[in-house]
Amino acid sequence: MTHFSAFSLLKNALSANENWRPQWPAAEPKAEYDVVIVGAGGHGLGCAYYLAKEHGITKVAVIDKGWLGGGNTGRNTTIIRSNYLYDESARLYDHAVDLWEGLAQELNYNIMYSRRGVLMLAHTVHDVQSFQRHIHANRLNGVDNRWLTAAEAKAYCPPLNISPTARYPVMGAALQERAGTARHDAVAWGYARAASARGVDIIQNCPVTAIRRGPDGAVVGVDTAKGFIKAKKVAVSAAGNTSVVMGTADVRLPLESYPLQALVSEPVKPCFPCVVMSNTVHAYISQSNKGELVIGSGTDQYTSYSQRGGLALIEHTVAAIVEMFPVFSRMRMLRMWGGIVDVTPDRSAILGKTPVKGLYVNCGWGTGGFKATPGAAHVLAHTVARDEPHPINAPFTLERFTTGRLIDEAAAAAVAH
Amino acid sequence: MLLIHCPYCDKTLPEAEFTYAGEAHIARPADPSAVGDEAWRDFLFVRTNARGPHYERWRHSHGCGRFFNAVRDTVSDRILLTYKAGEPRPDLASLAGEKA
Amino acid sequence: MSAPARAEADAPLARAAAGAFRLAGRGRVDHASRVHVTFDGRSVTGLSGDTLASALLAHGIHLMGRSFKYHRPRGLVSAGSEEPNALVMTRRGPGRAEPNTRASMQEIYEGLAAESQNRWPSLGFDAGAVNDHLSPLIAAGFYYKTFMWPRAFWRRIYEPAIRTAAGLGRAPTELDADHYGARYHHCDLLVVGGGPAGLAAALTAARAGASVMIADEHAEMGGALLSTPAAEIDGVPAWDFLAATLAELKRLGAVVLPRTTAIGYFHQNMVGLAERVTDHLATPPEGAPRERLWRVRARRVVLAQGAIERPLVFPGNDRPGVMLAGAAATMLHRFGVLVGRRVAVLAAHDSAWHTAFDLADAGAEVSLIDVRPTVGAALESAAVTRSIAVRLAHTITATHGRLRLCAVDVAPLSGGAGERLPADCLLMSGGWTPSLHLFSHTRGSLVWDAGRETFLPGTTPEACTVAGAAAGAWGLGPALTEGTAAGAAAADAIGLSATASEHFVDHDTPGTGVPTPKLPKGRGKAFVDYQNDVTDKDIRLAVREGMRSIEHVKRYTTNGMATDQGKLSNINALSIAADALATPAPAVGLTTFRPPFTPTTFGALAGHHAGATFEVTRKTPIDPWAETAGAVFEPVSLWRRARYFPQGGETMDEAVARECRATREAVGLFDASTLGKIEVVGPDSAQFLHLMYTNPFMKLAVGRCRYGVLLGEDGFIRDDGVIARIDDTRYHVTTTTGGAPRVLAMMEDYLQTEWPHLKVWLTSTTEAWATIALNGPKAAEVLAPLVEGIDLAAFPHMSAATCRVAGIAARLMRMSFTGERGYEVNVDPRRAAELWDTLLAAGAPHGITPYGTETMHVLRAEKGFIIVGQDTDGTVTPDDAGLGWAIGKQKTDFVGRRSLSRPDMVTPWRRQLVGLLTEDPDLLLEEGAQIVADPSQPVPMRMIGHVTSSYRSATLGRTIALALVEGGRGRQGDTLHASLAEGTAPVRVCSPLFYDPDGTRMTQ
Repeated sequence: MTHFSAFSLLKNALSANENWRPQWPAAEPKAEYDVVIVGAGGHGLGCAYYLAKEHGITKVAVIDKGWLGGGNTGRNTTIIRSNYLYDESARLYDHAVDLWEGLAQELNYNIMYSRRGVLMLAHTVHDVQSFQRHIHANRLNGVDNRWLTAAEAKAYCPPLNISPTARYPVMGAALQERAGTARHDAVAWGYARAASARGVDIIQNCPVTAIRRGPDGAVVGVDTAKGFIKAKKVAVSAAGNTSVVMGTADVRLPLESYPLQALVSEPVKPCFPCVVMSNTVHAYISQSNKGELVIGSGTDQYTSYSQRGGLALIEHTVAAIVEMFPVFSRMRMLRMWGGIVDVTPDRSAILGKTPVKGLYVNCGWGTGGFKATPGAAHVLAHTVARDEPHPINAPFTLERFTTGRLIDEAAAAAVAH
Repeated sequence: MLLIHCPYCDKTLPEAEFTYAGEAHIARPADPSAVGDEAWRDFLFVRTNARGPHYERWRHSHGCGRFFNAVRDTVSDRILLTYKAGEPRPDLASLAGEKA
Repeated sequence: MSAPARAEADAPLARAAAGAFRLAGRGRVDHASRVHVTFDGRSVTGLSGDTLASALLAHGIHLMGRSFKYHRPRGLVSAGSEEPNALVMTRRGPGRAEPNTRASMQEIYEGLAAESQNRWPSLGFDAGAVNDHLSPLIAAGFYYKTFMWPRAFWRRIYEPAIRTAAGLGRAPTELDADHYGARYHHCDLLVVGGGPAGLAAALTAARAGASVMIADEHAEMGGALLSTPAAEIDGVPAWDFLAATLAELKRLGAVVLPRTTAIGYFHQNMVGLAERVTDHLATPPEGAPRERLWRVRARRVVLAQGAIERPLVFPGNDRPGVMLAGAAATMLHRFGVLVGRRVAVLAAHDSAWHTAFDLADAGAEVSLIDVRPTVGAALESAAVTRSIAVRLAHTITATHGRLRLCAVDVAPLSGGAGERLPADCLLMSGGWTPSLHLFSHTRGSLVWDAGRETFLPGTTPEACTVAGAAAGAWGLGPALTEGTAAGAAAADAIGLSATASEHFVDHDTPGTGVPTPKLPKGRGKAFVDYQNDVTDKDIRLAVREGMRSIEHVKRYTTNGMATDQGKLSNINALSIAADALATPAPAVGLTTFRPPFTPTTFGALAGHHAGATFEVTRKTPIDPWAETAGAVFEPVSLWRRARYFPQGGETMDEAVARECRATREAVGLFDASTLGKIEVVGPDSAQFLHLMYTNPFMKLAVGRCRYGVLLGEDGFIRDDGVIARIDDTRYHVTTTTGGAPRVLAMMEDYLQTEWPHLKVWLTSTTEAWATIALNGPKAAEVLAPLVEGIDLAAFPHMSAATCRVAGIAARLMRMSFTGERGYEVNVDPRRAAELWDTLLAAGAPHGITPYGTETMHVLRAEKGFIIVGQDTDGTVTPDDAGLGWAIGKQKTDFVGRRSLSRPDMVTPWRRQLVGLLTEDPDLLLEEGAQIVADPSQPVPMRMIGHVTSSYRSATLGRTIALALVEGGRGRQGDTLHASLAEGTAPVRVCSPLFYDPDGTRMTQ
């Protein structure tokens, strides 16, 4: 692997950039691997990287039906934060943030983790109560999060409208300064390059058609468009398509896949320093390093695999942005797109072992999967390598839906009275 | 925005009049207390999440207010058929014509 | 002097004023009507009908912008919305400025002020251009490889520098002075694109009786017809044919929308249109929206969006003065502007030859260079006739000039000696790419046409047809034929009978081209994506680095991600990537076109959902009184509710303390109208409520009320409220304010789908009843004289009756959410204000005091009454909330019952509702504060609960709190610790009933 640095840029510039090598070679599947990972997004590629780096397991293939990073990794709004309420979530996401902070250096790939702060707006008394609950819990958990008054929020994010006569006036905000954004494609590419350098095969445009199980029920491999691949361990990290893939192993999951849309504006000079989210007004926004305002909101109401949503939701999302930032009314939407997010009943992930021996699953991230990428990949690798969960992902079991021990962040925040 | 045919109103109307209500044909056990934890979990949470034809419920919430069922292709989002609540689940073969 | 005569007399003057490159009498602009605009402060005179671009070109101004990364000087490339270079900031007074306006689309009006972007200090001299010399260092994807050391520099130095360098214009900083409209429209046929194909389709369908709408993004309908005035259709000049067609469409009732962009094609033939209503006017009419968003549902759609000319990728192809041949034709024919005097044309398609001829005829000195070894004999002879120098199998290897093209180097494709030609303008044409954006939105398949090296429309799941150049038909004749056929087919499809009339075109300029050859490399940069400064070398570098999918190439190089979204660059990037990979283009793929077709104003998308009307505000009939009384309001779901009524400069705490005391000591008046209300009627109503709620309902007597708890099927509390039995088969159910729609939907769900055998009918009556609550020891005294029909003295707690109050028909209930004797009077909302006034007057001698939601919250907290959503959060069971008593012990089923026996629901460590008293009686805990047993433990601490409610209790003379605490009921009397903004404070666990625990005040 060519080491990336200012020096390598200079050296290659002198040879007209003709001598760069592929960041990951195009691989054809071998007959057998120790581990096959289904889904070459950030989570799957990251898992392969940590398997190789931390567990010495390098006979690993990451297989994807399309191009790597082409699913939710390349379609999300890149918000990273860890100010979650419950201990389980806070630990998982804070683990991820710990890894995000050093990821560029670790991978020798500038994934542009941008610690610019995430501001969550409170518009009602109920919001204030909910955010204060988060802030108190976060502080006692050692997670960065603090309360700002409306005026302090405006100082942190100048375009914000804090007029008391707004339809939903801003009553204050929770700020996680350590939170921010990252360059989504680079995360997939950086992991792919680093995993590849450690011997991992990345096989693109090769749909997995079935997970094959032996007479004892354990996993024996996967059928793919390029034939059968033997593997005693298979980890599925296929986001919106998880139900379909896991269904081939006769594992039914508490999952539904919904279309999630996002949009960007035309690029403008820096005008928006942080990330702002509002659950009450239903939208979130940041500005990319390229200058586009990156905007998202909730899912459409029906399940879908179409990666296509309705105009009505986009209209409402943009209206919400204009409500919070009326000065952006004359900005223009450049592009909108959709992804498929897999949602569990408690909106928390399922991350770990399944009832099938040798089959592991990493799914159910809903709208929050990108921020977890390095953390989830790291503990999934641990789980796959040792066949037992890491303490951080131990609570994120499938069993919790039977016992009722849910990790329901949304329920804790969203019920209005 | 989808167009949806309400089988009660017998009209095809925009999605804004309707509310999605999850997978169809998941019957609440007649005696829930007789059901084990796993079966109860399946009733509460486990869903087909079909890629392709999906049996699902909609409510004509800003119209007649009735719940009804639909078969929708979740890849194209095209609704293949709607039918009244309580009617049997149509089999997919009979929908071949509808899909065309 | 007549008007035409005067125009003629003024012509030379107008010509000079309207630009040295303006051709008298040419184009569709009004040569008699001058319009003054400024560009970077310089005043420029244009003509009515000009775009900003045509007005500038008329004065020989080609330099209009700077590129994104290398800050290279750039001129106009296209004449349409795909323009990547000529993006300017436009201003028209306060609150009316916007960045990135396409000079090619912005019509001028008197006083328009435009500024160039992304340059400092000036457009002519831009310091950022130093980047151009660093380009080998900052090739595609360079930022992924550096800026990593030292780590701390990323945040403070590298990233801010990158951000400052990025972006084009500046975001507006003033509130938008305009508003935006919205319309729904239904029609038989929507035609997107008002060129020959679209017009023919619209006319054919309209003649057959179809209701037709046709939209075009330009100021004028006509498309290619506008640039081909010499053509004759059915013996009529093209422009006359256009006028006649538009007139007939109007006669037939078609909706014709110029300046209207079809932004996206959504499910089942819903197309979004963005109409620009006032941006072309000097003074927007009073009340007119700036833009209007149309949501059109059409039975059939014809997509006739035409084709976009393909630039050629050769060294120096971005110098100001280099533009698409079609753009030059548009400038000439529509605007009467000659783009240059010495024009070189680099062609790979016949269409550029026709433009060359037109320019030569208009007086330009033209050289033709074509990459093809041969062209049609007719073209060659037409060139000879005009004495145009023709070089076949040649290309351009370099261009010269700093801020404006001055010369081009021409050489044979086979190599060999070149020559330098002076030129102030270079036109290029790499052929035409069908505009299939909306077709692509439908998830329509694209079919690769290797011969023409382009994608053509395949199949689509939507009811639409692609016609004209968008379907690969070149020339007016084929476009008219295809459009007519598409219009006829649309009419047929909806059961009308159309006649497809044939059109005969003379002087048509159909043509063919070649797949673009790989042009030789040169020393200069050859741009693929102008705005984002992506060169052919960048594309090849991406491929070299392993980016084998076009999506990877796009994301790595940013090709196609500029404001034109790849309209000019995608196809060339695909060709280069395919060449570098030695793979056929379709195997490399085409990036998916996403809506909107062109950038769409946020305000237009938000429409009327802005400001006060962002979302509806529900108000009760008492709201006007509360506003007059100076209430402070709070939003609760869609309602606004009076939170408290400060008097004489009171703080919230002071007002609430006063309201609380008055209610505890005398009587308080409260507007409870926002409470959800559902009328449950039918012989099986009791059984239905028995199944829905945790409580037993089979034996509730007529005239009695019961508090009910509603669970989700998962066993967690969803809602609560008081339910009154009005008669044998009729119940008055109340819900929380926010929960009303949810509860009704849930009830309907169970009733219709699980228990359809029950004879029950549900009706939302939230807005059929206004509810006024009287609470306090003197409530009965105030109310009794006003009540007719019942004896209030014999009306115990939790009773309900139909009676008259103050002469108004009412449902009267005795219940209490405050712990005091309480009555809720439900009346027709139209008479609620009258009742409120009557009660205020009647209560005046007793010190009646209106109170708001905040006082209501304090009073109920003193009694340990929960608020669903505040003291519960969607993870709380009835037992957790201390409501175990509300579960019917004999019941075998109700919604959620089964879940309550799941393993996790019965563990002893569940969080239970308790009261908390701080050791310091003045210390007010924050709602949301966390509870720990050991405050000295290290972080992360083990949290065992949290504060759900916390208030200053005037009644108790201290603060109180409610909390959910693990095994809380077993910890009564224990000291725990609650987190503060910093540190913790000791708290004692107690019963949540702080006041009148026996309930005698409300029941006696």
